[in-house]
Amino acid sequence: MSVASSTRPPRDRLRSWQPRSRLRVPEVVAAVALALVVVAAVAPGLLAPADPLAVSPTDAFTAPSLAHPLGTDESGRGIWTRIVHGAGASLAIGAAATVIGTGLGVVLGIAAGFGGGRLPGRVADVTVLRLLEVMFALPGLLLALVVIAFTGPGALPATVAVGLATAPGYARIVRSQVVRVRRSAMVEAAVVLGRRPATVLRRHVLPNALAPVVVLATLGLGQAVVWASSLSYLGLGAPPPAPEWGAMLSAGRLYVTTAWWMTVFPGLAVVLTAASATVLGRGLARRGGGAS
Amino acid sequence: MTLPVPTEPGRDAAAGRASSTAPPTTDDASSPSPVTPERRRRGRAAAAARWLAGRVVGGVVVLWAVATLVFFAIRLVPGDPAEAILGGPGSQASAEALALVREQYGLGDPLLLQYLAQLGRLVTGDLGTSYSLRTDVGALLLDQLPGTVVLAACALAVAWLIALGTAWWATLGGRVAAAVSSGLEVVAAAVPHFWLGSVLVLVLSTQLGLLPPVSTGTPIGLVLPVVTLAVPVAGFLGQVTRDSLLDAASSPFALSARARGESTSGLFGRHLLRHAALPGLALSGWAFGSLLSGAVVVESVFARPGLGRTLLGAVTLRDIPLVTGVALVSALSYVVVVALGDLAERLVDPRVRAS
Amino acid sequence: MSVTAPLLVVDDLRVSFGSGPVVDGVSFALAAGECVAIVGESGSGKSVTSRALLGLTGGAVSSRRLTLGDTDLAGLGERAWRRVRGARVGLVLQDALVSLDPLRPIGREIDDALRLHTRLTPRQRRERALEALVEVGMPDPEARLGSRSGELSGGLRQRALIAAALAVRPELVVADEPTTALDAEVQRVVVDRLRALRDGGTAVLMISHDLGVVRRLADRVVVMRAGEVVEAGPTTEVLDAPEHEYTRMLVAALPAGAPRGARLSPPTVPSSSNREPDHEPGHVAVHGPVRGSWRARAAAARADDVRLVLSARGLRRVFPARGAVPDRVAVDDVSLELRAGETLGLVGASGSGKTTTARLLLGLDAPDAGTVQLLGEPWAPLHERDRRARRPLLGAIYQDPASSFDPRLPVGRLLADALTGGDRTRVGSDALRRDVLALLGRVGLAADLADRGTASLSGGQRQRVAIARALAARPRVIVCDEPVSALDVSVQAQVLDLLDDLQREEGLAYLLISHDLDVVGHMADRVAVMQHGRVVEQGRTAEVFAAPRHEHTRALLAARP
Repeated sequence: MSVASSTRPPRDRLRSWQPRSRLRVPEVVAAVALALVVVAAVAPGLLAPADPLAVSPTDAFTAPSLAHPLGTDESGRGIWTRIVHGAGASLAIGAAATVIGTGLGVVLGIAAGFGGGRLPGRVADVTVLRLLEVMFALPGLLLALVVIAFTGPGALPATVAVGLATAPGYARIVRSQVVRVRRSAMVEAAVVLGRRPATVLRRHVLPNALAPVVVLATLGLGQAVVWASSLSYLGLGAPPPAPEWGAMLSAGRLYVTTAWWMTVFPGLAVVLTAASATVLGRGLARRGGGAS
Repeated sequence: MTLPVPTEPGRDAAAGRASSTAPPTTDDASSPSPVTPERRRRGRAAAAARWLAGRVVGGVVVLWAVATLVFFAIRLVPGDPAEAILGGPGSQASAEALALVREQYGLGDPLLLQYLAQLGRLVTGDLGTSYSLRTDVGALLLDQLPGTVVLAACALAVAWLIALGTAWWATLGGRVAAAVSSGLEVVAAAVPHFWLGSVLVLVLSTQLGLLPPVSTGTPIGLVLPVVTLAVPVAGFLGQVTRDSLLDAASSPFALSARARGESTSGLFGRHLLRHAALPGLALSGWAFGSLLSGAVVVESVFARPGLGRTLLGAVTLRDIPLVTGVALVSALSYVVVVALGDLAERLVDPRVRAS
Repeated sequence: MSVTAPLLVVDDLRVSFGSGPVVDGVSFALAAGECVAIVGESGSGKSVTSRALLGLTGGAVSSRRLTLGDTDLAGLGERAWRRVRGARVGLVLQDALVSLDPLRPIGREIDDALRLHTRLTPRQRRERALEALVEVGMPDPEARLGSRSGELSGGLRQRALIAAALAVRPELVVADEPTTALDAEVQRVVVDRLRALRDGGTAVLMISHDLGVVRRLADRVVVMRAGEVVEAGPTTEVLDAPEHEYTRMLVAALPAGAPRGARLSPPTVPSSSNREPDHEPGHVAVHGPVRGSWRARAAAARADDVRLVLSARGLRRVFPARGAVPDRVAVDDVSLELRAGETLGLVGASGSGKTTTARLLLGLDAPDAGTVQLLGEPWAPLHERDRRARRPLLGAIYQDPASSFDPRLPVGRLLADALTGGDRTRVGSDALRRDVLALLGRVGLAADLADRGTASLSGGQRQRVAIARALAARPRVIVCDEPVSALDVSVQAQVLDLLDDLQREEGLAYLLISHDLDVVGHMADRVAVMQHGRVVEQGRTAEVFAAPRHEHTRALLAARP
């Protein structure tokens, strides 16, 4: 409604750098890093030919050196090798959990978003909202832990647990997107043009409401990886001797003072993966894939 | 930690805040009669009562839902529910213990009766007995709760300080500061607690000997765990706060203020701070949840007693009564925190009341 | 209009932001007790010029001279600027809802200026703030001190905004678009205040694109375009006898006083030479039929089809109570008639029920009482499935077309969808593509726009696409809700002319909703005035405007600049 462009003040000291839509350095770095992680997950042999499970007691606790760039652990296995081979587990759990969470979240979000109005819709909306509130009341790891209390530990339960724990976040965003789009002028214009509700749904509402999901999933991937490795750290995820990052850190706890490399490097791998996913996700969002 | 989170469910999407659609009255003759202080007070009291009632009801519903879910989860898990309660199929519980549990939980009775009995127990505050620790769950939780609450509260305060500080610095410091703080925020939000805690212990305790590696019960022993817990939340709060700070800084009212001769710090303190904090307050429920779930790991890393470690132990041993108790306590505290956050938001921004 | 030495002297002001100068050699002077208006469209640099007088441009500023009284503004450091801002130069912005901090009571906002520039005690400041509110005519100032801007009505808010800007009585007041997007009555409040200021000896610099307000308030006018001054002089001279072609175009584009059917915009527009986005590269010449035959054709159309196309009887819509807010009667016993080839204007202040009425007529909302008939058949209230087939008869265009477009679709797809009506069989055919291009041509858009996304279009282009989409279904009636309010004057003229041409060619009936009485006066054959959900007066536009019978109509007309 405004002639807004002419009244918006140019910014001076209180300005911040607004990046333009070109490729920026952090995004390139993040993409490369994530690509490396994916390669490590899919074909670890390319990056680390040694055997991650081969025990070699004589080499135990060596500091980072030429032979073992990131040092060795308590059984003489190379940290670099184990990190590379662990990428598969960590990424797989994280990715699978994200898929579960997104899928469930989208279904719940759509069900809730289409609520309101007539009775069945109302019931659906309220039920889902209450369900979401409950899930939020048991946030993140807590929900995952409660689930594992019932299912027992392991890689698969951890995956499902993390997936369930991330679902409410997606559901909430999808719901608010659906509500927003349903009420938008775009839908009204379609009604005025005489479109049937099913057509409007299919061609306008769903694509626009779900547009941010890909971005969200990318952002959520980082979080899922962090949670999955946290569960392993707590001993509830992938069982040893699997080279999962969180588990490696857990093993390194005892030796933190003497062999710091066992703690620092696997954690760095988690941070790198999560941060790269976040940066990429935000880059995608900036290019117009995100929620408004 | 890295997931952007909009408003709480049950509240409308954030689209509704500062829109330029005018209220229905336009000319002065038909404007509402001046709101005298007396009317305002009465109106506020009524609204407050409504709000409180809504919150209490909502909280009770959430607790009931959690209890119900756990109730059915126990009975849906394959195998003998009595065994599940005692620690799962691998617990090798004795026959007497099983019989005791069956009697205590009335597992032979019809389902509805069991359910009502369970609800009845919960209403009277009986959370059952922990089989792994052989103590009353209620008493145990009451004992462990303060430690975690202190940890979470301090961490929340620290996270807010960091978030506001970096937002402030980023907005004023030009390009470099903005880029650096943006990067820091992303990394902070991506850092897992277990790693950060371990690294901090490594650097500050082991190498430099500045701080104790494990909680000693003294305030100094609180520093590392609080910082570890606060960082990821600070990362996320920082992003959100910075975005809204930027919005506020380029808005017309900020221009009006500067045109009156307001200095930058005055502008920040008197105007921008409130606006910047709003989305963070709306996210307080999420932040608290994140802190609670992080506390599990942090307490483990620093060997701090608290709800987190209790829960961890309970989950490892599959001690269902204890897990249930922790879940209920967590849900309750979440509801309380969300209510407090909502209250704070309404105090800062009266427009929220209308929505 | 004093002959004393000027208070403010601006000589060869230049401001640039790194991608080129936004203000390129602007000079003017302003004396105490005088009002100068800087006029121009978006991108002219007028706002940036005004910011330079407060040291708030944020760009690189240079000038041969920039003085306020004895003070040289050109070399001021930030601290010195803070002493000038608010105390010697005041800024009044557009919309009080967002120009005052919505989280703070207005009393505090006023107090700020006093705190920063005076040594008064808190009690004295409060007294002074009350005085400021009384000066701007705020009723019951004591009670209002604690209100926030959102709690006050439009007129009161603007008064508060002015009070806050002027609390320390600056010598120079810069008013940036002070009346845009405001209701006529609220505009009048602002104009009166500014006039009082000027008469009281303050120098007033007004930035505006609204020539009507300028004519009412300004002693002299400076016309800016693309960062430069193209013409300057006393108001009546510049507006009544403009010399520069740009000024002439601006004045000609005003709908005020232009008779029905008269062209507002020049008949051809160069396709891409202008660097301002709103002069629309890609625009193609639109030729209309000879003017003289318009009346004859319209009369013929009426004779053929005197039948009502749209009629509403006793419409009523009440929004139910929610929480503390009671029932709101948005539309109360509204009856309207619309005939083929004719435009019915619907005017009223915001909140009077115009938009709700439009929604009822479009069938987007169901009335609680009353009926609507479309071409003699029942239209509302009716089940959607019973009337969906007839929807092509009704089209709509809105104030903000962008929000009604699916952001994922390019222009061509948007129009193709509207043309096929959801019928999949025609998709991708050459015939369809030809139809899309033909549609683009009818609204004066070049063919290459078909592949562009709607977000990259200018305001005027978007509105043309919206019109094209509405036309695709070959409607008989188009509901236009504030179709030109968000557009620059010259673009507004082009769109209004386009709507006029289309009406002539197609025999369309328009329901034109606008708060701008000049637009309605120019475009509408008949007009209905709404207040508080009721139609208080209805009749032929010329008659109603010349001799209004209801007091609200009189008030609205009187509030026009």
